[in-house]
Amino acid sequence: MGPAHKSAGRLKIYAASCRNPLHNRLSILAFSSYGPRYFIAGARLATTDEDTTLANATSPEPTRRDFLYIATGAAATVGVGLAAWPFVDQMNPTSAVLAMASIEVDVSAIRPGQQVIFKWRGHPLFVRRRTAKEVAEARAVPPSDLPDGLARNANLTDTAPATDANRTIKPEWLVVVGVCTHLGCTPTVSTPQSPQGSYGGWLCHCHGSEYDTAGRIRKGPAPQNLAVPPYAFTGPTKIKIG
Amino acid sequence: MAHQSSYVPKTGFTRWLDQRLPIIRLVNDSFVTYPTPRNLNFWYVFGGILAVMLVVQIVSGIVLSMHYVPNADLAFGSVEQRIMREVNYGWLLRYIHANGASMFFLAVYVHIFRGLYYGSYKAPREILWILGVFIYLLMMATAFFGYVLPWGQMSFWGATVITSLFSAIDQVIPNLGTAITHWLWGDFAVGDATLNRFFSLHYLLPFVIAGVVGLHIWALHVPGNNNPLGIDVKGPQDTVPFHPFYTVKDGFYMVLFFIVFLGFVFYAPNFFGNPDNYIQANPLVTPPDIVPEWYLLPFYAMLRAIPSKLIGVLVLVGSLLTLLVVPWLDTSKVRSCRFRPLMKQLFWVFVADCLLLGYVGSQTADAAWHFGEAELPLVWLARLGTLYYFGFFWVLMPWIGKKEVTRPLPESIAQSVLAKGGH
Repeated sequence: MGPAHKSAGRLKIYAASCRNPLHNRLSILAFSSYGPRYFIAGARLATTDEDTTLANATSPEPTRRDFLYIATGAAATVGVGLAAWPFVDQMNPTSAVLAMASIEVDVSAIRPGQQVIFKWRGHPLFVRRRTAKEVAEARAVPPSDLPDGLARNANLTDTAPATDANRTIKPEWLVVVGVCTHLGCTPTVSTPQSPQGSYGGWLCHCHGSEYDTAGRIRKGPAPQNLAVPPYAFTGPTKIKIG
Repeated sequence: MAHQSSYVPKTGFTRWLDQRLPIIRLVNDSFVTYPTPRNLNFWYVFGGILAVMLVVQIVSGIVLSMHYVPNADLAFGSVEQRIMREVNYGWLLRYIHANGASMFFLAVYVHIFRGLYYGSYKAPREILWILGVFIYLLMMATAFFGYVLPWGQMSFWGATVITSLFSAIDQVIPNLGTAITHWLWGDFAVGDATLNRFFSLHYLLPFVIAGVVGLHIWALHVPGNNNPLGIDVKGPQDTVPFHPFYTVKDGFYMVLFFIVFLGFVFYAPNFFGNPDNYIQANPLVTPPDIVPEWYLLPFYAMLRAIPSKLIGVLVLVGSLLTLLVVPWLDTSKVRSCRFRPLMKQLFWVFVADCLLLGYVGSQTADAAWHFGEAELPLVWLARLGTLYYFGFFWVLMPWIGKKEVTRPLPESIAQSVLAKGGH
């Protein structure tokens, strides 16, 4: 029997429960173009009551109640769907947070081999003035040997390979977001005096990810190279990030 | 609930009330005359203890929220200065709430292992077990949000690491994971917006837990309690009324439990804490070793055991979701491990495995055991432990359940109890 059978059952219940004489005086609106076919088939089976709000054998039309049932359900579904979005979207960063999204820093005091940490969008931002040796080490690695072969540089296209040249604007200055791409800890910088990991860049103590002198992931659970943020030199030693 | 109500209202008022809102009847049938197997042992007292601990946490939490300020600049001071030093008995309320969380988890772990040992998840109690798993997951979420609120270093970096688990989705759908983390944070990093919403959720979830606890007790009272023999109740000779038999027993052990609980509160209030959380959150410096609270350590060890981010996160999630299907993974016809000689041993190996994973989770990522010249990196122990955790549920449970030769079950609870000279 399928849907027609079920629909007939429901209409019988309506018929039995509707005792409002006002309904009987209202004329039946013909909404035959609305709703699926089985309402009509179902209506034909519901002939046990005199209630004129219901269809019977002589009027094989869906009833006004069928129409209201579908219309109310549709309005409720669309309404809940529309109302849900503001409740979801309120969780996203506010306009004030978005407005604070860029900074300008002076890096003239940073000496070769030194790293300074700035705060950008709530995250640490590493600005590292690399020595010639560190640049040479980074350049010696073929991109095919890297776990993550993409540059992850917001200033380049998404598919740029992770060569050292693609990781910087000026080779001496490496600017990366200091957030381990595994689970967000701040990696510790490696220096000749205090080596961290085996690749001369950074070591994340939380779960043991190791980065090289271009901030590229070399070992451990982190899936991506440290992100290079959108930035530009606004002077010889002035950088605008974001 | 499932048994015939024996409540007879005695006064005019209670007769009047009973016809309008039979609430006294509900309480009477659920907690007074409720027929309970007569052989429930010590391990069955933790359900009642958990109910009381939920009340302790809600009451202490509500009063703490009257003094706490959910603001990234003020939160740390409102806890360490105002609540700990200025509010009358604030130190006591805070230590009750912090240690209460640990005691809550201690009790829930005993409760879960008890259920596993006696097969309390098996038909007809699958829904009861699943509701219990939901409560456990809600407890973990609530505890996580609560731990962020004092805004210390561990609060901040714990929040960063756990919410960053969602960024693993980037490896399936690029940028979706990052978008979700920004949505969770309300910022580009954990910050003030994150703290505010975590406070809101930390206040909300305990009441959700209370609701699910109501369902859990309802689902318990339909089939009735399981028991250490794991056999069905066959008649009134197998049961005793809940009151006074189990109200007294639960009450007695609750007092002992509170002695331990308050022992920590008064004599070792920071036993379960991490010293780094007495340093205010600093978004630019991660502490050398991020360690979650002790009750999350086994899962943390499993996360770190896997060298891939995405698979590590899937293992973590899988280890929890596995619990939901335990009723269908166990193929044995016998519930209690008392009559399952092989499963009993595997169960205790599983308990040891969870403790081992907890230990490994508490150590640094690159820790190792040294045996003379040889060294065993602990990450390999974590991998072994992870393997057994999943193997126990997904391989041993279905397989042993079919193969195992179980010992004969007693005729009835009453016969078993009386044969041992009990009464």
